[in-house]
Amino acid sequence: MSVGVSDMRRRFLGGIAVHAALLLVVGVIPARAQDKNPLANDPNAAKLGEFEFRANCAFCHGLGARGGGRGPDLTRTQKKHGNSDADLFRTINEGVPGTAMPPNGATQQGVGMTEEEIWQVISYIRSVQVKTSAQQAGNAARGKDLFHGSAACATCHMLQGKGGRLGPDLTGTAGARSVEYIADSVRNPSRRLAQGISESMKEFSQEYETVNVVDEHGQKFQGVVLNEDNFTLQMLDTREQLHLFEKDKLRAFNKTRESLMPKYDEKMLPEKDLQDIVAYLSNASSK
Amino acid sequence: MKNTICKAAALFVCGFLCCSARAQVTPQRLLDSAKEPQNWLTYSGDYAGRRFSALNQINTANAHGLVPKWAYQTMAGGKFETTPLVVDGVLYGTGQDDRAFALDARTGRPIWQYQRALPADIRPCCGRVNRGLAILGDKVFLGTLDSHVVALDAKTGNIAWDVTAFDYTKGYSITLAPLAVKDLIIVGVSGGEYGIRGFIDAYDANTGERRWRFYTIPGPGEPGHESWEGESWKIGGAPAWITGSYDPATNTTFWTTGNPSPSNRGEGRAGDNLYSNSLLALDADTGKLKWYFQFTKHDEHDYDATQVPVLLERDGKHLLVQANRNGFFYVIDRSNGKLLSSSAYGKVTWSSSKDAEGRPVANKEATPTPDGSRVCPGAAGATNWMSPTFDPQTGFFYVTAREQCDIFSTAAQPYQAGHAYYGSAYFPNDDAAPFWGALRAIDPATGKIKWEWKHPSPAWSGVLSTAGGLVFTGDAEGNFIALDAASGKALWHFQAGASVYSSPMAYAIDGKEYVAVAAGSALFAFGLP
Repeated sequence: MSVGVSDMRRRFLGGIAVHAALLLVVGVIPARAQDKNPLANDPNAAKLGEFEFRANCAFCHGLGARGGGRGPDLTRTQKKHGNSDADLFRTINEGVPGTAMPPNGATQQGVGMTEEEIWQVISYIRSVQVKTSAQQAGNAARGKDLFHGSAACATCHMLQGKGGRLGPDLTGTAGARSVEYIADSVRNPSRRLAQGISESMKEFSQEYETVNVVDEHGQKFQGVVLNEDNFTLQMLDTREQLHLFEKDKLRAFNKTRESLMPKYDEKMLPEKDLQDIVAYLSNASSK
Repeated sequence: MKNTICKAAALFVCGFLCCSARAQVTPQRLLDSAKEPQNWLTYSGDYAGRRFSALNQINTANAHGLVPKWAYQTMAGGKFETTPLVVDGVLYGTGQDDRAFALDARTGRPIWQYQRALPADIRPCCGRVNRGLAILGDKVFLGTLDSHVVALDAKTGNIAWDVTAFDYTKGYSITLAPLAVKDLIIVGVSGGEYGIRGFIDAYDANTGERRWRFYTIPGPGEPGHESWEGESWKIGGAPAWITGSYDPATNTTFWTTGNPSPSNRGEGRAGDNLYSNSLLALDADTGKLKWYFQFTKHDEHDYDATQVPVLLERDGKHLLVQANRNGFFYVIDRSNGKLLSSSAYGKVTWSSSKDAEGRPVANKEATPTPDGSRVCPGAAGATNWMSPTFDPQTGFFYVTAREQCDIFSTAAQPYQAGHAYYGSAYFPNDDAAPFWGALRAIDPATGKIKWEWKHPSPAWSGVLSTAGGLVFTGDAEGNFIALDAASGKALWHFQAGASVYSSPMAYAIDGKEYVAVAAGSALFAFGLP
């Protein structure tokens, strides 16, 4: 693709641009995915894929592809962005726009992979995939009633456009997190705060930290941090009002990792109810 | 035009003899860079690696009024890590994917632009980055991701020569800004993630002919070779991917090296693994090793020592100081390589004892395990490649410190040429703590931290100090910040819209001082209204 010319130069003469508008973008060439993994069922390829996985993927998806705090559990048969070999290849090579999944070679961690190495990684993922049916324990219909009703999840969480704004949108959550992770987040919301918007060049996105401020007029606000830097704060208060503050004008500012979400223990939410809600989330995320 | 520029600059920058219409950057000018503070002639601003500007027009009294003067867009994605050079009104920089450009330093308007046609199968480790150029004579010099060294005509961007340093398909690349010394262009190679055998090269600036090569891993029969198990030395890493310093008094060039490969697995490479994670004192003419100091022996945590070595003088002693990625601040006698002191400047759990020389040694429990062990600092280090600065006015050393831990795991891995060779994985610990950073002012005399400016998350920006009593740095939230060098108080900030992954510099033209920094795909220049 590098057109046989050894190098590109552009010259600007005396301020008058002799300027071809198109710069040659010498980037990662998106390899064209085949439909089938040419290395399928090759145990050696799976082994080599594991090394690539460790170097390039484990940072977010965890050792053994079981999911980390930041990336989905890939041992599940159902993949959010497609299950076929070609889908997996595309997801790895091109990334998933709008998510933290970067295109191959563009990550801040690890190295770019060749086409062969991507197929090796797919062989590896297939080798650790758990062969369970998509059938789950919970009753999704009942989970829906609980979510939007007595369990009051929708007071703060949005699902497919319906619900509150104070907590993270849970539409895609079940596809991106393990059941254990979700259950733990319900029982112990402060253990791992959910992450908010992601900035393209930041390593990790902001988290749903609880913030208390007193503004310049003495008015108090409590809510969640949407974004923050050393000089400014963007927050949503518990009434879902957006506030944009300059920190040096605040009378008080403090932040805690204690989530605003109540701890749903077994008294508040019996195990059966939790399973039903998780089933509802799973259904919603696979749509 | 140049005469006018220089006369104007002389109005406020006194004490230097200024220019005729010279396009030539002679070796003498590089030695005397302090005499022309309006220019920024080397990656670190001087041979001592101090990243200090003697300009003082922008100072603690007026920094609050800084405004952007221009921005230059590379239109490229990925990290923009360049530190530009400025010579007599022309700014020379590099961008992502081995771009290079020359701009009118007053306006940011391009004079020429160059982009290398990179092969599709280059093997960069951590982004398609480049940190800058060297300038000598009428040429600028670029190291490339396909492991070439290229000389470009400074007036046109035309290629003067182009030589191959090594076969890029084996995992070799060049990302650093070369160092020009006498008539030599010195570069080091990247590739510690691919099982390379690292080296430092010197090329004839006029012809591109290689004049010397120093392998950072000794071959059979050479001292230090015994520090590698079996054949592991052939693929032992020890890249040299940050620009070195130079001491003209002893004709010594100081270079630092990165991790042994595979980075997080010590099994199979028993021994100290010389000269990985080391400081090397090389004769600039011949590349012969005078002495070395190894910061981290037999490293298993990717603690590259590739931080700019900073030369300073104190109490008649010739010192070299470094805030290392492993979390310790080292003071070394640069006449002989003896360690004078080491002190932690961030959270450290990998070491809790020192050897007889005073060097921190690794705890057994810090060794990566198959399931992972939590160690601080994390793999990205307590600092990384971003430049520190030494301010001779405050006497402080300033460094971007990162407070972050990782879980380091290990796995046996066969070596395949050109393939990632970590033998491991690392990932953040789930509880996400600690996860913050700070600009820290360290007193080199005591190793004590004099002040710190906290960053909400670990930052990747280098630091500039100026005679205006200021230090400049950036953060991961996109702010570029001016602070009082004495107190650490923030005086001004600008939201650049992208994390700062570069080290700032300063220059002057037409009697006006500018501070420049890259962020996102833009190079910004700031000045007084």
